[in-house]
Amino acid sequence: MLWLYLLSGLFLGWSLGANDAANVFGTAVGTRMVRFRTAALVASIFVLLGAVIGGAGTTHTLGKLGAVNALAGSFTVALSAAITVTWMTRLSLPVSTSQAIVGAIIGWNLFTGTPTDFTSLAAIVGTWVICPVLAGFFAIVLFLAARMWVASTHTHLLMIDVRTRIGLIIAGALGSWALGANNIANVMGVFVPAFSVRKATLLPGLHLDTAQQLFMLGALAIGVGIFTYSRRTMQTLGRNIFKLTPLAALIVVLSETLVLFLFASEGLEHWLALHGLPTLPLVPISSSQAAVGAVLGIGIAKGARGVNLKVLRGIAVGWLTTPLVAAVVCYVSLFFVQNVFEQQVAHPERFEVSPAVIEHLREEGVDPMNLPALMGKEFDSVRDFRAAIFSHQGLRAEGSMHKIFAAARIHPTRVDSTLARATLPGEGYTPAELQAVLSLHGRLFLHDWQMDEALAAASPAWRPRTGRGAEVLNKSLRRKAARLHHLFELREKIEPAFQRRDP
Amino acid sequence: MEILFRRTRELERQIDEYLDLVVQGSLVYRSAIEHYLQKRTDDFSERLAELESIESKADELRREIETRLYMETLLPESRGDVLGLLESIDRVLNRCEESLQDFSVEHPEFMAELIEDFHELVVETISCVDHMVMAARSYFRDPKAVRDHIAHARYHEHESDKIGERIRRMVFASKMELAAKLHHRDFAMRIDHIADAAEDVCDRIAIANIKRSL
Repeated sequence: MLWLYLLSGLFLGWSLGANDAANVFGTAVGTRMVRFRTAALVASIFVLLGAVIGGAGTTHTLGKLGAVNALAGSFTVALSAAITVTWMTRLSLPVSTSQAIVGAIIGWNLFTGTPTDFTSLAAIVGTWVICPVLAGFFAIVLFLAARMWVASTHTHLLMIDVRTRIGLIIAGALGSWALGANNIANVMGVFVPAFSVRKATLLPGLHLDTAQQLFMLGALAIGVGIFTYSRRTMQTLGRNIFKLTPLAALIVVLSETLVLFLFASEGLEHWLALHGLPTLPLVPISSSQAAVGAVLGIGIAKGARGVNLKVLRGIAVGWLTTPLVAAVVCYVSLFFVQNVFEQQVAHPERFEVSPAVIEHLREEGVDPMNLPALMGKEFDSVRDFRAAIFSHQGLRAEGSMHKIFAAARIHPTRVDSTLARATLPGEGYTPAELQAVLSLHGRLFLHDWQMDEALAAASPAWRPRTGRGAEVLNKSLRRKAARLHHLFELREKIEPAFQRRDP
Repeated sequence: MEILFRRTRELERQIDEYLDLVVQGSLVYRSAIEHYLQKRTDDFSERLAELESIESKADELRREIETRLYMETLLPESRGDVLGLLESIDRVLNRCEESLQDFSVEHPEFMAELIEDFHELVVETISCVDHMVMAARSYFRDPKAVRDHIAHARYHEHESDKIGERIRRMVFASKMELAAKLHHRDFAMRIDHIADAAEDVCDRIAIANIKRSL
């Protein structure tokens, strides 16, 4: 049953392979510069590597948008996105897997009453606009550089051909890597919070955690999509849509790869932060829109008077319609899955508002307004809690709803040093961090943030940093803390009152 | 990777060698006509044999290049243009050879007043071919220079047209027999047709060059 739920993700992966691999290798295959079998093999291998090695960054952002915490929910979200993509493709409407999955997650949030993190949503939607623009900019720069290279070196047409061919394979491999790293979150991201399997050892010393195992599976589905269905897409794309010379095709692929990489690389984010430069959000973007942006960039560099406004309008319409359609499809599907098939689409969650919660929210910079009126009450579902806040606060609370939910969520944990010693070494925790965890042995926490505060009190290693590169370090700390919340989770129901008696 | 580059360089060399043969052939043609006009029959025959050998060598090389372009699936996008270009260049060399053979078979007797005009005609025609070859070389290596060479080639083609017309007018204004007049006209036109063929090649290069520009 567990694996059956993954089928919708695999379906989405298959459609991603069938459609999006063409953005990376389409021009190369369509212009007959690279054979389809070579392209499919290289693409499959590098998508897999990119997904398993670099897929975590964008998954984290999608997870923040909405942590789909029940398998039937993840199944429905992925299925709705896949249905939206397939349906809109059949209607010849511009569509992107990234936009579909975001819409489907919001659909799940709406259905379950879970608040959407508007900061993450704004970051994601912002990149949809930036990504084609950035791809266009890269294409202009690369195009001018390539033109200068051809003019100044007097390279023979045949040599340009051979080098372009090699370039197309290398750029295609890098593009596939970036596609895997950037877009695997679309395929498998929603399953990560809901799925837990044992660590798998691929080779001695090479372990794959739950997320990586899911990514590998998703990448295999993408590979199957590439081999079984992308041939036609590649040939159409290369011949009909982009009537480009092979060298221009190479520039398109390179620009697209750069953009995919920029929005997927944790290493780059780290480097930018360390040098005090603004970081880019790690977000799944649409490879098709990046490719279209790059082609338009080449058009501009060639001095085309008018940029085809129809194409631009198509992209903009896609930004609105895809998430909207996916959200509606997801909402309706969730209704059926929950009420007709009687599957749990979201884990029940409990909330309480205590003086400690109010105090924590104040520290977080959230005005609790009338929240103290809810003090002492416990809520057994997301919907009840939301309704209670809404009746007291009205729409004013919507902006900070995400933070209120995070603070009030009851998630009992008890630190167990034996479990910590057995599990945590080898997961990237520093000795100081590990020591702090061990020092909390036996402590019981009702809310996740309470464990975070206790850790920060136990060791400076767990305190949020400020200054240069702080954001990246804090992100890593948050991720490590989230792992602890999951590891020390108590299955039995703990009464809030019990925790308050705990010294 | 190195094998790939080596094979490509080898093909580059063959294309260059082919164009060298075309230049060589055109120069041999000019010198053969000059010998004919000076009535140095033996030298003329020697040049004819030389051109025939160059032409057959060029044919062989062209076929080899074409086969390799297909076999190694090189230049998938501009292969058609390159093959068409090589074939049309071959036509220029063929016309040179045919023209010399006509001289050798038909032994046309030119009016003394027209000898200088025929010489001028052949010089302009071969200049046109020269610039055509330069345009072809530039197409492969230096697309920016193509335009200049084509402009030169077209200029020389136009000049040879003018000389051809001048010869025809003078011939038909003279009191020669009609058969001699027609003979003069045919030979002037056959030389001029070489420039026309070279201009056709230039037209092809111009289009192909637009297509290959990024």
